[in-house]
Order: sequence, then structure tokens, then C-alpha cells
Amino acid sequence: MLDQAEGYTTADGRKIGGVVMEMKNITLRFGGVVAIKDISFDIREGEIRAIIGPNGAGKSSMLNVISGFYVPQEGEVWFHGSRRPPMRPYEVARQGIARTFQNIALFEGMSVLDNVMTGRLTHMKTGVFSQALWKGPAEKEENENREVAEKIIDFLEIQHIRKTPVSRLPYGLKKRVELARALAAQPKLLLLDEPMAGMNVEEKEDMSRFILDVNDEFGTTIALIEHDMGVVMDLSDRVVVMDYGKKIGDGSPDEVRNNQDVIDAYLGVAHD
Amino acid sequence: MPDQVVFAMEVTLNGLMAGVLYALVALGFVLIYKASGIFNYAQGVMALFAAMTLVGIMEGQVPFSHLINAMFGTDVHHFGWHLPGLAAILLTMVVMVALAWCVQQFVMRHLVGQEPIILFMATIGLAYFLEGLSDLMWGSEIKKLDVGLPQGLNEMIDNATYNIFGYGFFIDNLDIVATVIAALLVIALVAFSQYTKEGRAMRAVADDHQAALSVGISLNFIWVMVWSVAGFVALVAGIMWGTKSGVQFSLSLIALKALPVLMLGGFTSIPGAIVGGLIIGVGEKLFDFMIGPLVGGATENWFAYVLALIFLVFRPQGLFGEKIIERV
Ligand SMILES: Nc1ncnc2c1ncn2[C@@H]1O[C@H](COP(=O)(O)OP(=O)(O)OP(=O)(O)O)[C@@H](O)[C@H]1O
Ligand SMILES: [Mg+2]
Repeated sequence: MLDQAEGYTTADGRKIGGVVMEMKNITLRFGGVVAIKDISFDIREGEIRAIIGPNGAGKSSMLNVISGFYVPQEGEVWFHGSRRPPMRPYEVARQGIARTFQNIALFEGMSVLDNVMTGRLTHMKTGVFSQALWKGPAEKEENENREVAEKIIDFLEIQHIRKTPVSRLPYGLKKRVELARALAAQPKLLLLDEPMAGMNVEEKEDMSRFILDVNDEFGTTIALIEHDMGVVMDLSDRVVVMDYGKKIGDGSPDEVRNNQDVIDAYLGVAHD
Repeated sequence: MPDQVVFAMEVTLNGLMAGVLYALVALGFVLIYKASGIFNYAQGVMALFAAMTLVGIMEGQVPFSHLINAMFGTDVHHFGWHLPGLAAILLTMVVMVALAWCVQQFVMRHLVGQEPIILFMATIGLAYFLEGLSDLMWGSEIKKLDVGLPQGLNEMIDNATYNIFGYGFFIDNLDIVATVIAALLVIALVAFSQYTKEGRAMRAVADDHQAALSVGISLNFIWVMVWSVAGFVALVAGIMWGTKSGVQFSLSLIALKALPVLMLGGFTSIPGAIVGGLIIGVGEKLFDFMIGPLVGGATENWFAYVLALIFLVFRPQGLFGEKIIERV
């Protein structure tokens, strides 16, 4: 049962905490197109929250609002119990919200390790001058960050490509590197935009396992967008369903699966 | 050893050192181009502006004095101080950082995401603006710049080569200093971009804006930083060229020499800027030495451009530039 303050316990016995992120009456327009229409929902500590819906429903737009890439015309974003003023994407990232992109945005010219290390930037304090003048603390910090990065590289099983330039990697591995870079920030909230799009069955299974493991081992709160209904039902604790910019369902996988609006809009169409 | 070969060696050495100065200017272009995709036409004028400001600060000139006097009927010219070179260089650097901030805040920030040609046009505007500003601030007369760098014939090399070849090479001390400083500058830049947090962020921004934002990098901050670094490189180039041939408008034209260097080395490569600079420096001096007499001399004016043209035909991305792949 969902208790507003306390959270709930999942079917597999994981304890879900209070609200981390709350979207209140968000409306986002592009000229005449209403990408998001008066949508509210929350994301709770430690849960895996899915956003689903047909193509063009506004899912990516919602993720972009959370991560500051889009600024909604109406509505409020609440993070850790306080209202967030309009913020630039880099400011949002510094607050501990990491993300991946639907179309992969990696630093193609850098190695896998360098990409993952950029995920540590928000945790680095020493600047150029202290680095030039006083090597000790800077070196210590670099080593600590390096350790975190290496741990995540091991965790996602990409040690064998650590030094490979990202541009040479196949699609599936790129998606994994992008996840690694986001994880390197040790985010309070992790946003994944279609982490399994374009993957084969085996790659999808790997990615699902990694997402579950991340949530399990680090307790990371995750919001993800996914098209594959099977995957969504397996992974997520609660699901928001969008269609034409509107929210048409919100609840546990079983609840939304049996919701008539959702069946009409999403499951009804021949997706699987 | 035949005289011709010995002369050619001297010419080559001098060419190498001229090449270092070309490379220095080209480096400023590459830095900005890599990080923001902007071809900064104003790089040469920035070197001029930096050199003018440096002289002005050293001599204690009152900035905008003509303007002030014309407006208020006053007669101010100098503060009456003479600053030592190093202090003046530091102060000039502060001015260059302020300039970088203004460029980003008032111009480039409003053009994010525009076509490259529009950004390029903006830098042309910037070049003319800076040119006018330099004149207005410091006056347009030719100035001497002397921050205490050694100049004149290097006697050690002169003597050593005389003992070996029976002919003493004329190598200017200033060229040697310029070479050493340029080498240090390049090492510092590479270390900065490879090993510091800001350098890593700079490379990230150069590679992908969206991704850079998503890991918490402020594009604005990085661009101000990049323009500052380019300002610093311009200052170094301005000091070298200004010391060599006086601070005057023609200093801004060295940017035109950087263009063929970039075509040779590639717009995106720091090693390319250096190697390209050296090839053009040596190439134009040797060519003028060997072929010049046959065609009536003055080949230095066009050699670099012809070489660049040949390169454009056979290897448009330059020696070190990223390969241009058309995806279909
Ligand atoms: N930057 C933008 N400018 C203009 N319109 C946009 C922009 N981003 C999204 N849209 C529009 O907003 C609507 C929602 O798009 P969005 O990308 O959020 O959908 P989605 O649910 O992620 O779809 P998909 O499953 O195809 O990724 C679409 O009509 C889209 O064209
Ligand atoms: Mg999408």
C-alpha cells in the first residue's frame, strides 16, 4: 500500500521511501504543439519508475523537463521537498540528477574511461591553479575519482574496452558506456531515455539486469522510458502512461496493464 | 662543405623560428575552433589589442585619453608611471580575461546554435570593433615594445657555427626565446587540457554540448575560459611579434599567415598547428632562398598560400585534422 510519507514495500520486498521528485501540473508547449498537458506525478526514493506511451506521447519531453533541458510554461518541479527554481541543465546535473539520451550523447572522441571520468566532474573541487601549485590534494582527488570510475566500469562489465575510443564501439556498448557515465556521478536520481532501444534480445537482458543491479546495490532512484512492455513490466515498480501529452494512467504495472484507457491507447495498438 | 648548403642550413633554422611564431597564432585559432566551432577571424586583432594594451599599461598611458581630452577639454596623457614588464603582462592578462567575458556575454552567448557562417561573421565584426577600440584606447601611432626579452645576434651560435663551417650563422636571440616560450606554452596547454578538471570539461564541450550539459558543465563558463586562453595565446604572440617589428596595425595581419598554417595542419589539431607552422616557416624561407632568385624574389608573400591550396586539393582535412567522412 502507498503511504504518502512513508512509501511502500514492493512485491519483491524492497522498501521504497518518500518522494524525491514531484512534478506538479506541468505543461510544455512548442509553438502550437502541446507536448505535455497538465501532468502531475512523483518519483519515490529507491524506486524504478517507468514512463511509457506511444511515439510522440511526450515522454522524452518529460525527462527533459526534469533534467532542465526544457523549461515548462506552467507547473512546478519539486526536488527533495523544495520547489526548484528554473534551472539550466548543468545546474540540475550538479544537484545530483544524471541522465542518458534517447539518441546517445557521448564524447565520441574520448576513450570509455575518459567518458566515465567526465561523470565525476561534479564531484571535483580543486581547480587549475591549485592543481598547478599544490599537487598533493589534486592528485588524491583524481585518484579517488578514478577509483569510483573504475568500480563502475567493472560493475557494467566494460573493462575490456576501457581505453577504446567511444566512436569505435557498437551501438549496444555505447548505450552501456552512457549509463556508466551517468552512474559515475553517483546521482540521487537517474534518468534513462529508452536505455534498451535498438538492442537485440540478449543485450536487452543484460541492460535490464544492470538497471536492476544498480537499483539494488546502490539504492539509486531511477526513472526510465521504455517501449518494450515486457521489459517495463519486469523492471518497474510504478508506471506513468502518457498519450498525446496527457497522463492516462499511473500505478503498478498490473494496474496500468488492466486500465482500459491504457489498453486502448497503448496496448491496444499492435506493438508486440 | 659547399657554401650553399651552409647558407641553406642557416635559412632553415631561421625558417623554423619564424614558423614557431606562425604556429603560435594558429594555436589561438585551433583552441577556439575546437571548443566552440567558431573560426575566430579576430584572433590577429586580439594579438594587436593585447600588445597595444601591454605597451599602454607599461608606459602608464591613460586609456581613451584622446576621447577624454576631446570631451572634457582636459589634457591627460600619462599616469606618470613605468611598470616592469612582468607586472604589465599580468595586468594585460586581466584585461584579456575581461575581454573574453564580454565577447561571450554580449556576442557569442546570443548566437549559440547558429550556423557557423553567422558565428564567423560575428567574429569579423568583433575584429573591426577591437581594431577601433585599440586605436581609441591607446592611439594609432607605432609603438616600441620592450619587456626585457633578449634581442640581437646570438654570439654563441655565431661562434660555434663559425668554428665548424667557417661561417657564422645569424640567429636572433629573440627568435630563440620565442621558440622556447612557444614550446613551454604548448606543453602547458596540453597539460591543461589533458590533466585538469577544466581541461577535461573543455574537451567535453568541444565534443558534445548536450552530453557536456548532462554531466554538469556550464557551456558559458567553458567558453569564457576558452576565449581567455585564446586571449593569452594572442598576448604571447603579440609580445613576440611586437618586440620583433613594433606594435602597429600590420601586427593583426599575422592572422592571415595563420590561415595557410591551419589548412596545412588542420583546424582541429594542436600538433597540426605546430607542425603546419614549422613547415610553412621553413618552406617559405627555403623556397625564397632557392627558387626566389630565379623568379625575381618576393616569394614569401605567396608561397604559403599556394602550398595551402595544393593541400586543399589533395588533403582537405589537413595533415592532422579529423577525417571528413560524408555519411549517406
Ligand atoms: N525541441 C522540440 N521542438 C519542437 N517540438 C518538439 C521538441 N521536442 C519535442 N517536440 C514535440 O513534442 C512532442 C512529444 O515529443 P517527445 O519526443 O517528447 O515524444 P516521445 O514520447 O519521447 O516519443 P518517442 O517515443 O518517439 O521518443 C512531439 O510532437 C514532438 O514533435
Ligand atoms: Mg522519446
